Amino acid sequence: MPDPLASPPDPVASPPALEVDRLSFSYGRNPVLDCVSLRVEAGEFVALAGPNGSGKSTLVRAVLGLTRPSAGDVRLFGEKVDGLTSRWRIGYVPQRPPLLEGVAVTVAEAVASGRVARRGWRRRLRAADHEEVDHALASVALSDLAGAKLAELSGGQQQRAFIARALVNRPDLLVLDEPVAGVDAGSQESFRASLVHMVRDHRTAVLLVSHELGAVADDLDRLLVLRRGRVVFDGPPAELTATGVNLGVHREDLPLWLEGIG
Amino acid sequence: MLPLPWPFDRQYMQLALAAGVMVGACAPLVGTFLVQKRLSLMGDGIGHVAFAGVAAGLLTGLSPLWTALVVAVLGAMGIEWLRLRRQASGDLALAVFFYSGIAGGVVLTGLAGSLNAGVLTYLFGSILTVSPTDAAWIAGLGIAVVTVVALLWRPLLSVILDEDAARVAGLPVEGLSLGLAALAAVTVVAAMRIVGVLLIAALMVLPVGTAQRIATSFRATLVWSAVVGVSSVVTGLVVARVAGLAPGATIVLFAAASFVAASGAGLMRSHHRARG
Repeated sequence: MPDPLASPPDPVASPPALEVDRLSFSYGRNPVLDCVSLRVEAGEFVALAGPNGSGKSTLVRAVLGLTRPSAGDVRLFGEKVDGLTSRWRIGYVPQRPPLLEGVAVTVAEAVASGRVARRGWRRRLRAADHEEVDHALASVALSDLAGAKLAELSGGQQQRAFIARALVNRPDLLVLDEPVAGVDAGSQESFRASLVHMVRDHRTAVLLVSHELGAVADDLDRLLVLRRGRVVFDGPPAELTATGVNLGVHREDLPLWLEGIG
Repeated sequence: MLPLPWPFDRQYMQLALAAGVMVGACAPLVGTFLVQKRLSLMGDGIGHVAFAGVAAGLLTGLSPLWTALVVAVLGAMGIEWLRLRRQASGDLALAVFFYSGIAGGVVLTGLAGSLNAGVLTYLFGSILTVSPTDAAWIAGLGIAVVTVVALLWRPLLSVILDEDAARVAGLPVEGLSLGLAALAAVTVVAAMRIVGVLLIAALMVLPVGTAQRIATSFRATLVWSAVVGVSSVVTGLVVARVAGLAPGATIVLFAAASFVAASGAGLMRSHHRARG
């Protein structure tokens, strides 16, 4: 049996972390995604923006293999998403923390629950896995709260715990769906620091779906803008800010800009 | 017979204790996952579905215990299947199977005619009539449940915390969810004939509610739920013998009382914190 903790292949020779090729999706007769193509290379920090209803969430679900597209292809690390063998190489931070009321789960247990995927669900976690849990908690500045109940943390702290859960397997691709919505400024800054650390030091590919890009605007390699199921902008954020669009106050500004580009 | 002190000096009390301790430990272990999934009434629902299974067995001449087991496992997996396919919320999926189970059982017993009385003996056991063979069955079941939970609590917790994230990570979400449902069904059907459906279904939920209020982690919730379950069984058996009460129901009342006490203590604590 192969070692489940074997190192991933050499990044220099690797195919793109994420490759979406002419992806289309419709709910009944309503087209949601129309021939979307995009790539995220190893060590690249890419944000996906767009107004509500532009198809961002559907695109994320298709990228993760949670939704089957009507047409087109999603490849992760060169493999089709449906047949991907090492799924732990994807780290995923969902949009809303799931319902936690009444559930006595500690922060460390929640983060360790992510580690199960890499160790293999039939195996017990070992000391090395618990070290990875500690490391992931430290990277989001939650070490002091490892034994606290997840349900008793603030929204920002809970979101950091879910980011730690995504980081615990040292993923090669990190997909974050609106991770900073409603999160305080202090948590946003530590969030930014941990993402930049992953991208620059571990060559992790990051796809960040967000309304509020102010916190990370200066760190992005590329920005994708989705509108009515199509990619209408794909380039460095500076190209967009040069036209006067302010990524920090995205909510009001970007929709206006989008109206202009039809 | 073991030389145990009163009130466990009789063989029927010793067998009740053995079966009760096993059920008291393993029902809450399975129940912890069901409660977290908002499927607290699953145990009761499985009892209803098993009714149809018993009737089918009597009608066809097959062993009612085995038909009940098969129908209950399929029913429990059906509830999960509806929920996973997002065809129904958890409580609606439960209701669909509850009522179909009861109605199906009534129709089938009607068809079976004179065999009506036989149905009840398969559905309502009593903890004071446990035979040595029954106790051995319960012990085997208990060991199986404890082993499964000890080995798989982390992946099951991953699924409960966030099904989508577990799916993205490559965990077999469907398999684990259906497996848990099947384990619950086997536990309920095997135990209800021996200790009664009220006792088994209540012990899947009430000690878990108490444990959630005491425990500071998920692992501790599992341990505390089993501790509360076993304590309720022992206290309930003793009090029932002393006061001449129905033992199964007395055990359930003690489990409910522990929940009320833990909730009260929790309220006082948060009140204290709010004032302090």
